[in-house]
Amino acid sequence: MFDYFLSDKRHPALAPTLKYAPLLLLALGWELGTRTGFIKPHILPALSQVLASWFSLAASGDLLSNAVSSLYRTFAGLSLAIIVGSTVGILMGWSRLFDAVMGPLVRMFYPMPKSALIPIMALWLGFGDASKIVLIFLGCMLPVAISAYNGARGAERTLIWSARSLGAGRLRTLWDVVVPSALPELMSGIRIALATSFILLVSSEFIAARKGLGHMIGVLGEGGVYDAMFAMVLTVALLGFIADRLYLILMRRALRWRS
Amino acid sequence: MAIVATTSEPQRSAAPPFRYLMRRTAHFVIPLLLLLLWQLLTAFGNVTNFMLPPPMDVARRIASDVTSGEFFINAAITLYRTFAGFALAVAGGIALGLLMHRNRLAHWFFDPIVSVGFPMPKIAFLPIFILWFGLYDGSKITIIAVNAIFPIITATLAGLQGVERELVWSARSLGASERRAAWEIVIPAALPQVLTGIQVALPTALIVAIIAEMMMGGYGLGGAMMESSRLLDSDGVFAGILEIAFVGHCIITGMALLRRRLLAWHPETQEPTTV
Repeated sequence: MFDYFLSDKRHPALAPTLKYAPLLLLALGWELGTRTGFIKPHILPALSQVLASWFSLAASGDLLSNAVSSLYRTFAGLSLAIIVGSTVGILMGWSRLFDAVMGPLVRMFYPMPKSALIPIMALWLGFGDASKIVLIFLGCMLPVAISAYNGARGAERTLIWSARSLGAGRLRTLWDVVVPSALPELMSGIRIALATSFILLVSSEFIAARKGLGHMIGVLGEGGVYDAMFAMVLTVALLGFIADRLYLILMRRALRWRS
Repeated sequence: MAIVATTSEPQRSAAPPFRYLMRRTAHFVIPLLLLLLWQLLTAFGNVTNFMLPPPMDVARRIASDVTSGEFFINAAITLYRTFAGFALAVAGGIALGLLMHRNRLAHWFFDPIVSVGFPMPKIAFLPIFILWFGLYDGSKITIIAVNAIFPIITATLAGLQGVERELVWSARSLGASERRAAWEIVIPAALPQVLTGIQVALPTALIVAIIAEMMMGGYGLGGAMMESSRLLDSDGVFAGILEIAFVGHCIITGMALLRRRLLAWHPETQEPTTV
């Protein structure tokens, strides 16, 4: 009996609903489980209650002000990481000398768990925006640099040679051949960095912050206001998901020339 | 003479000796320069020992952590949590990937959950897990497993879907049982992708372990570093960072070696790797 729902023959208007139906089922299960008393409210508050406290947080303006400061931190740190990381990575793939100088640094710091830097960032830059922005910058720059490097190294030699033999200068070759070839790999590296930036944001706000969504989750959890805490956790998770989906759309657009 | 990264071998020997020397020694030179800079900054720069302790102090601290055995206790506890969560994620991720591949209903149910769950910052669920599983290993191992499972599920699924059907069909028509075809064709063919997923998951597991320990305190590398930070003991914080970096480096190198071992038959192992 499920075959109709699972097949491609189902009605096109139904398709997205059916695709995400399992999530609705989970939500329904959550609500019913708590309503019937099967799940105790101090373990998991009812979904309706969580949504209600989300709206009251939104109405009070707490949600917006914390979300704005969190998103600002992510955006600033990630933008810096993308600019510096892709420049460093592409230059490393393009010039052996630059690779010899920067390569060991990048490879030395790449495997290091960047979350270990949270206490240092708090020590040097305090509990405000700067410590989070620099942490996100440092954590996201290396994945971006490595993917840009791999992409630039993957540029076809024949293309580079043809460009050079057709009289393109070194810089021209860099811009017209190496950078476009590096783009697909670079863009998937940025996607990983985007996910990393949210992880670093939330964990640094948990540990050392006075504002932001992560800080709010911590405060609400310690105060035992679990329905509001669940509302904030879901907000953060949803923001991360939305950011990824938006980036995916952007990535498909930017790489349309490939197909 | 222009040196493009992708130039071929003959041009390399024509490079000026300075550049050649630079390339050969850069691996040692750059970290040493960095160390020197650190030393100079603490000796002559306008920084206090609290902001940036001299490298020798940090080295002494690491040495005392090692000789007192504290480093080994903390590293063992962190690694235990990391690998416990990681093992759960590997077992669960491969099982779920297999199930989703074999069963359409399971695919329908889990596909949206995986595609929504993968890009989410799951670390945000840590306070909820503390609420459910307590402050000790239970919540830490669970949050690690939850963070590490998604790349393994998607990699397993992609690996299984990428297995060439013709290979399976020919094995079957040559009389191989389904189990034999699975062992000799499907598993080896899917293995590289699955291992890639596992390679993404392992550092994630360590990062999450450190974050969870920093939040909850107690033993473990993250907890020890956070305690030093609360006591304003910068030597301890910097020693902690270096110790964590060392453990991270070992884990990633070990994983890469394991991959090379398991995939010794695969073309990727024969080619020189770029990174």
